[in-house]
Amino acid sequence: MTVTLNPLYRFDTFVVGAANRLAVTAAKAVAESPGTVYNPLFIYARPGLGKTHLLMGIGHAARAINPRMAVEYLTLDEFVEAFHAAIAAGHGEAYRKRFLDVDLLLVDDVQFLTHRREMQAELLRLTDALQSANRQIVLTSDRPPAEIEALDERLILRFGGGLIIDVSAPDYETRVAILRRKAEERRATFGDGVLEAVAQLGIDNVRELLGALNRLIAFQAVSEKALEPEQARVLVGGKEAGGKKADEREADGKEAGGKEADRREAARAEIRSASSGAGPSAALSSAAPGAPAALPSASVASASSAPDEFTDFLSEISATVAQQVDAWKSQVSAAILRWGGEGYRTARLEALLEQEMVRDPGQELRAFEADVERLQALQDQAAALAPDLAGSPAFKDPSDIPAAEALLQLTRDGAQPPPPPSPLWLLDDLIEGSGNRMALQAARAVAEDPAKRYNPLVIVGASGAGKTHLLHAIGNALAPRAGGLVACLSAPEFTSELIQAIDRDAVGTWRERYRHVGAFLLDDVHLIADKDRTQDELFVLFNLLFESERQLVFTSAVPLAAMRGVEDRLRTRLEGGLVVDLPAPDQEIRQQVVARELELKTGSRDPELAAYVASRPAESIRAAQGLLHRVLEAAEAKQVAPSARLAREVLDGTPATPSRRSGGRSSGIVAPTAGGARSREKMVWDWPDISERVLEEWR
Amino acid sequence: MSLVNFTAREITCKIVYYGPGRSGKTTNLQYVYGRVPESRRGRMVSLATQTDRTLFFDFLPLELGEISGFTTKFQLYTVPGQNYYNATRKLVLQGADGVVFVADSQARRFDDNMESLQNLQDNLLAQGVDVRQLPVVFQYNKQDLPNDLILSRDEMDDALNFRAVLSFGADALHGTGVFETLRGISEIVLKRLATGSAVA
Repeated sequence: MTVTLNPLYRFDTFVVGAANRLAVTAAKAVAESPGTVYNPLFIYARPGLGKTHLLMGIGHAARAINPRMAVEYLTLDEFVEAFHAAIAAGHGEAYRKRFLDVDLLLVDDVQFLTHRREMQAELLRLTDALQSANRQIVLTSDRPPAEIEALDERLILRFGGGLIIDVSAPDYETRVAILRRKAEERRATFGDGVLEAVAQLGIDNVRELLGALNRLIAFQAVSEKALEPEQARVLVGGKEAGGKKADEREADGKEAGGKEADRREAARAEIRSASSGAGPSAALSSAAPGAPAALPSASVASASSAPDEFTDFLSEISATVAQQVDAWKSQVSAAILRWGGEGYRTARLEALLEQEMVRDPGQELRAFEADVERLQALQDQAAALAPDLAGSPAFKDPSDIPAAEALLQLTRDGAQPPPPPSPLWLLDDLIEGSGNRMALQAARAVAEDPAKRYNPLVIVGASGAGKTHLLHAIGNALAPRAGGLVACLSAPEFTSELIQAIDRDAVGTWRERYRHVGAFLLDDVHLIADKDRTQDELFVLFNLLFESERQLVFTSAVPLAAMRGVEDRLRTRLEGGLVVDLPAPDQEIRQQVVARELELKTGSRDPELAAYVASRPAESIRAAQGLLHRVLEAAEAKQVAPSARLAREVLDGTPATPSRRSGGRSSGIVAPTAGGARSREKMVWDWPDISERVLEEWR
Repeated sequence: MSLVNFTAREITCKIVYYGPGRSGKTTNLQYVYGRVPESRRGRMVSLATQTDRTLFFDFLPLELGEISGFTTKFQLYTVPGQNYYNATRKLVLQGADGVVFVADSQARRFDDNMESLQNLQDNLLAQGVDVRQLPVVFQYNKQDLPNDLILSRDEMDDALNFRAVLSFGADALHGTGVFETLRGISEIVLKRLATGSAVA
């Protein structure tokens, strides 16, 4: 029942001029963030000015941004029809529900609400429901709401509450732009001033304007000479300022007895004679080889002037033959219309029509169809990877299959699996202490029962508390049960991938990398602060994964409540799962970590050394490990076995090295034994030799 | 039956005038021949007996010139009407794209018409052609004769044209109805192009 969006009605095919700029801007704003800016958006304009085009443009654009967005376009009549059908079938509720699930509802031609009280009530209810659910509704009409007869006051108010915007008739420049754009689309070229002359005629209805263009194209196709501006004006039938119908205009012209009417008539007759018999191909084929009766009969007519049975016979037979032989042409034309209508480029077939001789049109058609099938297959494959690629023009040109294949390859490349968690870190290797017990338990719960218990899991802890370690460990533990690949990356990586994708114009492909993951783990989520686009993407991804019951795990160095520069909608979602603190590791954990590290590095256990290093103040595991490494380096330098004594010497600076003050260069600052900077590691003992530099600068 | 040859860009229609002896088949062809400009007609081949009866067949090739890029040729044949030339009739009938059944309107030739029509159907059937599938028109010739000697078109239709195909009254000697008949059969034949061997 619902009309699918016409693929041709996109924003990029809409010619923007002064008269419609505001409407287009509003429409784009709505498409980019449905339900937030102008809701409802009410566009009104006289017929033929592009309401439906804009409406469908919103649908296309919104879908391009979010392919999963439920967009429904229907005219009011369809809306009414569906309602009546639903009521008749006793499914009134289902009908209401159906529209409540729509993210973006586009209703065309609401002026027909006139005197339909029950439909008005229904629309009112629907508008309210959609509005309160932050879903977008866009309506069009040929007149402002207040002028729709017998329209419920409340509806008028509702519409006024959003944005009511009108599209006025295109000005001269816009008309020229429209004509040029459409002529280009139809691959018709006109002499200088022809389109301008037509634009000057004051046809302000775009549909009529395109009709005029069609006439020009048809005429140009059958006439040998290029169209003159004056001729074009006559042909289109210079419209007087008013909105007179064609026949009225003609009548006027005849009454006036003007030559113009005659010329116009002649021009039309020429078109009629040229296009008759050639069937649907006439407008499409510019060579018009079909121009049937004319050719042979003309050549025979010279043979005798008296009524000639044979000539009559011949001309009739010619017409029949032309018609029948041209059957292939109409077949090709039909194919052009069909595939063109589906958005495929049909230049190849059009070229066929222009040829006088085609060896085997059937084969050409079959080849074309085979190419289209191939494109469809490629498109399906690409769409499986990235749905928003489905509409890509590369999949619409049967003459350029390599381009489509290249795009698919690109998609495949882009759709490579997301970064996995590092296999080095395992949940079982983590040392549990009193401080991190809760976090570890949550992690285990998540790993055992993904997306069921804590979703999302947010681990908050200061830098070095082991968040990343834990995150990757969760990732590894999740892998067997996540029901898909586990993506594990940091927020800056996420952002830079997005930027790269934008740069390569492959955002859709990039999105797909994450939309099908089994679990999504993002490190340092606080770093997305003030990155609006990243937040948008993450928000959409979050919802998507969350709704499809995929586990989400985040780490943050900043408590969620203190997070600045992150949109509330995202922050609140993060808070919706379980937030656990991962405090800085206590001494017990540090000791175990250091002991394990020590054993790993030296192969020996030295509980005393481990205990000593762990007892040093350290903010993080990393810092504790750093201390150990310093001890180990010192031991290596001195070529002694690492020991607690050495550690004390290295880390505490005791006992003091005798040569410290006399021998080497020093800062001259001696750490007081009981001062704040007790530790030798806080001091710089070895200054770089600056003498050379000083001398150099001195010179 | 190769009607349209896309490779050679040729359309060839073979039309056979069928009917009982002396019904005016050759007269039809002669009239057409007389009206065709010389440049467009081939030599009319007529194998006649001394008494001007067609012995073998008449053959009139018509070059209609190039239509829509196709060289269009019509070949008009007549068959000898007499019973004993059935082998010839079969031969001529082979590969016909359309048949004009020229019936003699005289009441006394009624049975000959019936017999010839029956013969046509038999011969077609023998060639595996379904008479219902082949374009056929009727021409009731000699309609200029006094009314008491002939059957009217309606009566002829009732008698012969039980499939209600196109039928024409004619006076082949003076040309009345000759081209109408030819045009009628040609159009039917040509229209089969679209459904038949055209672009598939």
